[in-house]
Amino acid sequence: MDVGIVSYGAYIPRYRIVPQEIGKVWGTDGESMGRGLYILSKSVPGPDEDVITISVEAARGSLRRCNVDPKQIGAIYVGSESHPYAVKPTSSIVAEAIEASPNMTAADFEFACKAGTAAIQCCLGLVGSGMIKYGMAIGADTSQGAPGDALEYSASAGGAAFLLGSEDIIAKINRTVSYTTDTPDFWRREGQDYPSHGGRFTGEPAYFKHITAAAKRLLDVMETSPSDYDHAVFHQPNGKFPVRVSKQLGFNEQQIETGLLTPSIGNTYSGAVPLGLASILDVAEPGDRIFAVAYGSGAGSDAFDITVTDAIKDLRLEAAPTIKELVERKKFIDYATYAKYMNKIKLKEAVE
Amino acid sequence: MAVARFWRENASRYNLIGTKCGVCERVYFPPRSVCPTCHRASIGKMEPFKLKGEGEVLTFSIVHEAPSQMEMQKPYVIAIVEMDEGVRITGQIIDAELDDVAIGMKVRTTLRKVSDEGDAGVIHYGYKFMPL
Ligand SMILES: [Zn+2]
Repeated sequence: MDVGIVSYGAYIPRYRIVPQEIGKVWGTDGESMGRGLYILSKSVPGPDEDVITISVEAARGSLRRCNVDPKQIGAIYVGSESHPYAVKPTSSIVAEAIEASPNMTAADFEFACKAGTAAIQCCLGLVGSGMIKYGMAIGADTSQGAPGDALEYSASAGGAAFLLGSEDIIAKINRTVSYTTDTPDFWRREGQDYPSHGGRFTGEPAYFKHITAAAKRLLDVMETSPSDYDHAVFHQPNGKFPVRVSKQLGFNEQQIETGLLTPSIGNTYSGAVPLGLASILDVAEPGDRIFAVAYGSGAGSDAFDITVTDAIKDLRLEAAPTIKELVERKKFIDYATYAKYMNKIKLKEAVE
Repeated sequence: MAVARFWRENASRYNLIGTKCGVCERVYFPPRSVCPTCHRASIGKMEPFKLKGEGEVLTFSIVHEAPSQMEMQKPYVIAIVEMDEGVRITGQIIDAELDDVAIGMKVRTTLRKVSDEGDAGVIHYGYKFMPL
C-alpha cells in the first residue's frame, strides 16, 4: 500500500523583528549577530496566538485544500516544545476545532525540534497498518530564547499540518529512517521559562552528526545519491547550519533553496522541516523527489524520501495561503512591542 | 467565567455552529432552541447549522480603554460582521492595521485565544475575524 501526504496547510504569524532591534536593547551588534546566524528577521506570535491557534489554522488549511471529511481522521498528533499547557493536550483542542472528534485518538508529542516529523512517522504507521484511514500530523512552535541570550535572535513561531493517508496522495513517502542518541545539547527543565544549551556542543556532535547519520542511512537503504533529488530540506536552527550540512552531504544550493525559510522567519523549531516541506510542495511538479531530514536536540534525526504524484495537480492550493504568501505577509515590530507580545514583561494584574 | 460554561459552548465557539429554523430557514448564531420569528412552530425544527466563516464588516469601533484581559492588544477593533448566511456576529478584528479597517471589508474567522483565567487557569479559545 502506498502511504503519503493527502494534503497540507501551514501558518506563520505576521509579526517580524530584525536582529538589529534585539541587539540595540542588549548593547550588542545585532546586525553582525544576524549575519553570523544568517537570520534577517524572525516571526513573532501575536498576544492571542499560541501553538494551538497555529496548529488549528494550519490543519484547517489542509482540509480546505482537499475533500476529506474530518470525521474520517483517526489520529491527530501535535509535535511541539511549546504546548500551551504542561498538562492538557493541544491535540484534543485541535481535534475539536477541525470537527474530527470524538471517535479518534490524539496525543501531543515532544522531541525538541523533531516532534512534528515523529508525528508524521506515527501516522504513516497507523495508516499503513490499516488501523486508521487518515492521520493528521502537526509540527508547530512559539519558541522563546531568554532575554539577551543568543537564542533570542532565532527562536520564532510557525507550524505546518500534514494529512496522511493512502488514497489520492499528492506525495508518496517512500521511506523514513531515524537516528537517535542520548546527547545533552539543549534542554529545558519542567517549570523553567527558557531553555538552556550546551554552547559549542550544539554543532558537530549534535546537529551535524545526527543529520548526517540519518541522511546517509536513508541514501543507503534507498540506493540513491543526492543528485537523484529535486529538493532537499534540513532542520534549520539558523540559516547557516542547513547550508553547511547539505554541502557536506553533496546537495547543492538549488536543491535546498525552496525549503530554506529560517533567513526570513527564524527558527520555528518543530515547525521548521514541516514548513520547509510545505514550501517545496507549494511549487513541486509530479515526479519531483524530495529529501527531508529533521533534527531534534536530545538528540535525533528523522529522514524522509518522498515522491510527488500526479494528484498534486488536483490539490486546491489556493484554498489556503502558500508559504510564499505567509512569509511576505509581515509587519515589523520594535523590541518593546515584541517584549509585550512574548510576555517578557509581567502585567500589573499578574504581579498583584 | 466558569470553565463549564465555556466548555459547553466550545463546539459552537470553535466552529461557528449555529442553528437554522426548519420553518422559516433563518440562521442564528449563537445557537437558539426556539426561532424568535416562528415561536412554537419552530420547536423541534431547529437544526445545527455551520457557518462558512466569511462575511463583511457592517460597523466597527476602535477600543482604547481595554479590560485587563485585552491590555496587551489595545488599541484593537471590535466589529459587527454580517456573515454570508445573513446572521450578524460581533467579534474582534485582528491582523489588520487600524487605518485599513473599513465598513464593507471582507473578513473570515480564525481561532485565537480570547481570554484566560490567570497564569494557572484555563485558556479560552474562540473565533476572531481576519481580513480575507
Ligand atoms: Zn423560524
